[in-house]
Amino acid sequence: MSSRAHAGIVASPGPLHRLGGRCKLLGTLAFVAVVVTTPPRQWWAFAFEAAVVVAVAVYARLPLRDVARRLTIELPFVAFALAMPFVGRAPTIAVAGLHLSEPGLWAAWGIIAKGTLGVAATIVLASTTSVPDLLAAFERLRAPRTLTMIASFMIRYADIVTDEMRRMNIARVSRGDNPRWLWQARAVGSSAGALFVRSYERGERVYLAMASRGFDGTLPVQEADERQEAWVPCLCPALIAAAVSLSAWILA
Amino acid sequence: MSGDGSIKLSAVTFRYPDGHLALDAVDLTIGHGERVAVLGPNGAGKTTLALHLNGIHAPASGSVAIGGVTVDRRRHTLAEVRRKVGIVFQDPDDQLFMPTVRGDVAFGPANFGVTGADLSTRVETALTRVGMSAHAHRPPHHLSYGERRRVAVATVLATEPDVLVLDEPTANLDPSARRELATILDSLDLTIVLVTHDLPYALQLCERSVLLNAGRIVADGDTAAILSDERLLAANRLELPFGFSGFGPGRTGNNPAHGHLLGAHTHRPRSGSSS
Repeated sequence: MSSRAHAGIVASPGPLHRLGGRCKLLGTLAFVAVVVTTPPRQWWAFAFEAAVVVAVAVYARLPLRDVARRLTIELPFVAFALAMPFVGRAPTIAVAGLHLSEPGLWAAWGIIAKGTLGVAATIVLASTTSVPDLLAAFERLRAPRTLTMIASFMIRYADIVTDEMRRMNIARVSRGDNPRWLWQARAVGSSAGALFVRSYERGERVYLAMASRGFDGTLPVQEADERQEAWVPCLCPALIAAAVSLSAWILA
Repeated sequence: MSGDGSIKLSAVTFRYPDGHLALDAVDLTIGHGERVAVLGPNGAGKTTLALHLNGIHAPASGSVAIGGVTVDRRRHTLAEVRRKVGIVFQDPDDQLFMPTVRGDVAFGPANFGVTGADLSTRVETALTRVGMSAHAHRPPHHLSYGERRRVAVATVLATEPDVLVLDEPTANLDPSARRELATILDSLDLTIVLVTHDLPYALQLCERSVLLNAGRIVADGDTAAILSDERLLAANRLELPFGFSGFGPGRTGNNPAHGHLLGAHTHRPRSGSSS
């Protein structure tokens, strides 16, 4: 079975793996916030901030190639940014025979640079923190329990539902179905319907099992994460980025 | 676990919203510390019966009492009954939903107000009893099916119930996991209700069996006596696995091996049982 509960985490533990989730989560959030407020036209500031992310990834002993591969998750958003130079307002500049909007180009650059840095920072967080630790961190930061519980259920059952879907697909294909053809979409559709009903029924069974152990709508508070919270190292990247961003604003 | 683990069902009738009559005037008395197998074919009403024992289902007519407490819809009665009766469901994936084994085992007692060091002790004790304490920090779905079943038992033991109800506990278990679970169950000093159609398992663990079909109790008595009544089993869509048939009082003469199979199981005299 694949393991979505550890989907992000890199198996070989580095120094960041050992730290509590809360300081890593807050450090990442602070870093992303600083990156977002950096002025886009000071492109060198983003180079410094990128260097900070790379340095943290190296310190955490993450394989940089894996981090780069995981960055591809932002490609759909990048595609959206690429349209901006074509639809932006004047003044325009001519690049290879195309008239591109200058503010549109800067906006696209800003989205791509900030998006990439933000995604890279969260990849470093996800690669060094297990899902239970992340959920516990959100709870300790007083995120609404209903939301963390929904996230936890989603992660817990994603594997089981995916597995069920795979088994249904295998059973369908074993009976001669070939879903590459459009006219067989009906079978795929009814499988999806069956999967929905099964998941819904499982939801009911899970609720019964919870009610049997005294669940009455309020969730008990879980035990605290006893590992050390290293605030200084975890907030360092955000502080360095803040200094860079501030310099960029002063020079702008 | 010093509470009263007796069960009394009086004329319990239950109908599902689609009109299907799942339980039809069921009378059943189980004494404290007794182990009873509830046998029956698919759709006999076994799971429905189990869900009446902790107030998940409320009978349309009749009553259910656990340890002398009549189950009703009041909030505090339900909480008390769910503390007294622990149900281990058929699919451990339905029962284990927290990110870690420890979180799952702590869920029940935390709901019943146990906190701090007491909670940690409960979790540790329950996991030790099922031999899973080394896996406390693992996500449940990284465990094997047999390990998940044992953790599911621990999630219920952690609430320190007086009655343990197991719904098809041997489903999907390999032979070793099946035997390990039997050893764990055998070590527990509680009232046990074993809902199953795994007849050898019932014989191994329970001195008494109740045979349910179409929502009615059709037999109630000594497990070996019920399992040796081939006509009764056949009439209720139950069969012993290949190699087990024909044993029992008066039927062992044909094949010494069958007598040996029966002889291998021992009924332990149990204290406090009153049936």
